[in-house]
Amino acid sequence: MDTNVLSVENLRIEFPQRRRTLVAVDDVSFDLRRGEVLGVVGESGAGKSLTGAAIIGLLRPPGRIASGKIWIDGKRVDNLGPAEMNKIRGRTVGAIFQDPMTSLNPLLTVGQQLVETIRTHLPLDRAQARARAVSLLAEVGIPAPEQRFLQYPHQFSGGMRQRVVIALALCADPKLIIADEPTTALDVSIQAQIIGLLKRLGKEHGTSVVLVTHDMGVIAETADRVAVMYTGRLAELGKVADVIRSPKHPYTAGLMSSIPAIGQSLDRLHQIDGSMPRLTAIPSGCAFHPRCPHAFERCQRERPDLLDLDGHKVACWLHSESTL
Amino acid sequence: MTMPHPLLEIHDLRRHFDMPYSLLDRLLGRSRRTVKAVDGVSISIEKGQTFGLVGESGCGKSTVARLAVGLMPPSSGQIQFDHVDLNLAKRQQLSDLRRRFQMVFQDPYSSMNVRWRIRDIVAEPMRTLKPESSTADIDGRVDELLELVGLSAADKRKYPHEFSGGQRQRISIARALSTNPEFLVCDEPTSALDVSVQSQILNLMKDLQRDFGLTYLFISHNLSVVSHMSDHVGVMYLGRMVEVGPSRRLFSVPRHPYTKLLLETVPELNRIGYDRKPMSGEVPNPINPPKGCSFHPRCPLVTERCRRETPALKPDGAGTQVACHAVEEGRAA
Repeated sequence: MDTNVLSVENLRIEFPQRRRTLVAVDDVSFDLRRGEVLGVVGESGAGKSLTGAAIIGLLRPPGRIASGKIWIDGKRVDNLGPAEMNKIRGRTVGAIFQDPMTSLNPLLTVGQQLVETIRTHLPLDRAQARARAVSLLAEVGIPAPEQRFLQYPHQFSGGMRQRVVIALALCADPKLIIADEPTTALDVSIQAQIIGLLKRLGKEHGTSVVLVTHDMGVIAETADRVAVMYTGRLAELGKVADVIRSPKHPYTAGLMSSIPAIGQSLDRLHQIDGSMPRLTAIPSGCAFHPRCPHAFERCQRERPDLLDLDGHKVACWLHSESTL
Repeated sequence: MTMPHPLLEIHDLRRHFDMPYSLLDRLLGRSRRTVKAVDGVSISIEKGQTFGLVGESGCGKSTVARLAVGLMPPSSGQIQFDHVDLNLAKRQQLSDLRRRFQMVFQDPYSSMNVRWRIRDIVAEPMRTLKPESSTADIDGRVDELLELVGLSAADKRKYPHEFSGGQRQRISIARALSTNPEFLVCDEPTSALDVSVQSQILNLMKDLQRDFGLTYLFISHNLSVVSHMSDHVGVMYLGRMVEVGPSRRLFSVPRHPYTKLLLETVPELNRIGYDRKPMSGEVPNPINPPKGCSFHPRCPLVTERCRRETPALKPDGAGTQVACHAVEEGRAA
């Protein structure tokens, strides 16, 4: 039996330009089980948001899926047309973005937007939809949901707006939620509330979440597994505790030790010199080799594929048996 | 032993902004409203040290930064730089002082003229604050500065768009250092950067501090970054300082319930699968802050006194100052 809510297989996203084609996401594969939270982490430009956008069919042209397959709840979605994808989006898969105002219509009340979304996807009448909307607002922790139902988005604070967006994403009880930097625009005390809410979704509703963020701390607390991306490829994929406590890819290791910790008195932070290359100048072999302290000859020449070491996957020649 | 020498002393600083007051407001007999963005903040920074200022958005930390370098005048209060009161200083005295402090902003791209070459961007403070410098002097100094911040002298002919975010922040640090200042105000200098680049910039700032004896006012919403950089830390909430103390003690033994809330909620790497108990509530609207202690609606230790009386900062006997009735009365753990 296939229990995967989401399967991504060899996903490749390209941006055709006049003289060349830029590859923004290359050979990315992962699965997501029911109720699981998968963190996707990486620096800006690593391809993490594009991967999320491709899953929900919101890749903006000229960006396109050049090859690879995506299944949501057993149904192949990467080759669907816009009309069919619209039915799936909202029904089986919901989306939460960084800025809640991009998902809300400022001219409609929060209640109107919820009722419209609910009735688009579920066979409910107006009164039933209204009751469901109010209970969703209560569920995401909005006080006085009956009154808030009648208000416009501008009457909500940033944290409350993000809760409304989560309620919108939950309207049709989707199996999967793609959350792209859902807490980045929020203050820490509000961020903690939203993280708690996302974790509860997985536990109580069995909703799976793809959590795209640059914040390793958020991933550590929220995700079950984490995928680390670098220049459009997966560098490492494994259980959160394994990846954070014993990272296998030199990039992940460098990333973890460059994050300052509270109360730790270090004179200098670990630093990875240089910066992630632009898509126009991706180095040969392993894209990380110019910044890697362990790079050897093979890394410059050959690109490592993702190796499976007991479920902890890593794309690095250091872990390849044929190298040893 | 020499007495510690405060380079910057801010005393009871206030900055209030008037809200728009329309004809309709007047006709309806509404009173004028003000936002107390900074409401009685005192800071003292010793030479060669870093004072970190933390708080959530809207707490007034960036307004303190702008006031400290004179980008806006305070409503009341004193700012003394090296014993000279900035409000009372004569024009000549002020322009001498100006070269001794500089500011580094969060978004380096919006603080640069994108049509200027790097040479002109880095040289601008010298041209305005040290007009006596010759072109040869300026060119030599620009080369030296670019190398100092980890770029190459050849980069001076390029334009800002040719650099990454981290490199641009290096350029703005080079610009800030061009007049040999002693004091830098850094407002969220790494918040727009990726973590691997953040550690490069933080290391650079620490190296520069050690090599040139720089003094920093370091502002960030990121507690771990402030903890890493600062000798002393102040926590702000709705325009007021709620806790001030040595960094190590403040982060290991937080006293104010708000500081505890912040430390409890910051996501950290070592908290894998951590099940927090998030504190409810949000920062209230600063136009209409709660009476008494402005934190009381969210505080677990609230009493009648907290709703009535605004607490003042008081020393706790171990080096930290806390503005909290519960701590003063010994009700806080």
